[in-house]
Amino acid sequence: MSRLRLYQFAIVAGFILLLEGLCLAGAIDKVTMPPPHIIVRDFIRMMLAGRYFGEIGKSLGNVLLAFACAYVFGVVTGTILHGYKSARDVLDPLFATYYAIPVFAFYPLFIVIFGLGDGPQLLIGFLLAVVAVIVTTLNGLDRVPLVLKKTARVNGLNPLQTALAVTLPFCAPYLLTAAKLALAYAFIGVIGSEFIMARAGMGYEISYAYTNFDNATMYPLILLILLLSIAANSLLSHWEKVLLARRGQK
Amino acid sequence: MQREVSVSLRNMVILIVGLFLFWEFAYLIVGEVALRSPWQTIQVLGKLMRTEVFWLHLADSLKAFAAALAIAVALGLLIGFTLGLHRLSGDAMEPMLVALYSIPKITLYPIILLAFGIGISAKVAFGAIHGIIPVALFTLSAVRNINPILIKTGRVFKLSPALMVRAILFPAAVPEIFTGLRVGFSLTLIGTVLGEMFAAQRGLGYLLMNAISLYNIDLIMSVTFLLVLFAASVNGLLLAIDRRLHHG
Repeated sequence: MSRLRLYQFAIVAGFILLLEGLCLAGAIDKVTMPPPHIIVRDFIRMMLAGRYFGEIGKSLGNVLLAFACAYVFGVVTGTILHGYKSARDVLDPLFATYYAIPVFAFYPLFIVIFGLGDGPQLLIGFLLAVVAVIVTTLNGLDRVPLVLKKTARVNGLNPLQTALAVTLPFCAPYLLTAAKLALAYAFIGVIGSEFIMARAGMGYEISYAYTNFDNATMYPLILLILLLSIAANSLLSHWEKVLLARRGQK
Repeated sequence: MQREVSVSLRNMVILIVGLFLFWEFAYLIVGEVALRSPWQTIQVLGKLMRTEVFWLHLADSLKAFAAALAIAVALGLLIGFTLGLHRLSGDAMEPMLVALYSIPKITLYPIILLAFGIGISAKVAFGAIHGIIPVALFTLSAVRNINPILIKTGRVFKLSPALMVRAILFPAAVPEIFTGLRVGFSLTLIGTVLGEMFAAQRGLGYLLMNAISLYNIDLIMSVTFLLVLFAASVNGLLLAIDRRLHHG
């Protein structure tokens, strides 16, 4: 295990050193990319000065809102849909094709309908995230053992009680996977929309900095987004593993 | 079998009719200000297809997409096979690839633009980075899950590495690799269109963004419809092949 970590660390360190070397040697010119140590310096300065904290907070707030809506709506829809097989059969091709559709292509349409505010961004984040939650919830519910369902029936639980006390707790690892996917998708949706067209937010600031050749702002912000998404992903993946290990499935 | 096909066909028809009804209904609520009805959209699309400019944009998008897909598939397969055959590298790289997969790659677009300049090569690179990782991840797990007996048989026959891949690894891993190609196809398309939306002077994504600044709802609706139609039908086709490969 520790050998694996060492290997991973070496790959990342090697990559950063390579970039540093290429930048210092001039193979990558300064206009394209400052050397990594300058990016880190700018990043620390930006964090210490508290610049863009408002923008960062706004973007992250929208990500969380889109995530929360998609998660609640997705789990509820998935749970209800699981009871209606024919409805599920009809929607199945939609779910299978959904992530092939460029959802961002709807962004211009949403801007026309809702105006250039937070609405279209939230909607894109929500739309990207919600189907992953529905599909993962259905997937988990499919695996609930019959004996648990029977126990619920014997104890005279109604459908809502069954879902809350029996089936959904059984699906906990799946619900966690759903949360992981939904968070990643909401992040991509909100930041991506800000990036294409918006009036504020981290994505907007990056595209603004790009237009002004402001590498000292652009690269630290990109770094921040990469760090945030990778940190969230690894945290939830780790938790997922712990949960699965506790159930003896790994 | 025959009945199964007819049931899934019926479901498909119900779904498509349902989606069109939803669209019509949304149009009736929102109105002319921001939406067009399905029929109007199809008419506009027909009209659009008779203009020469449209074909230039479409050709540009398709060219970029084809090049991006070729790069994504070639590099994805290469990375997937290399990591799949070497246990330690695979174990070390897989979580890193998964983490890369989850980042909003659109934020990397300015870097790509700075490196490649505005134009087709930036679009191709951006489409490709969307597609490489899923192709690599699916290939990696496909190669890793190959029955070891097959590999041992190959060793007994003293196959060269190239022959090993061609005669044993590839055929055994095809169904799962195909799933990777299907996902890679969709993501490369999304990446190419996204790239065009942010910074390009040609292509369907550019047409879309241009339509916002002109407040041309006809154009927005018809181009969006065309993109969805293309993505959904190709994916439907690939999905059908995919299912046959897995069960056939």
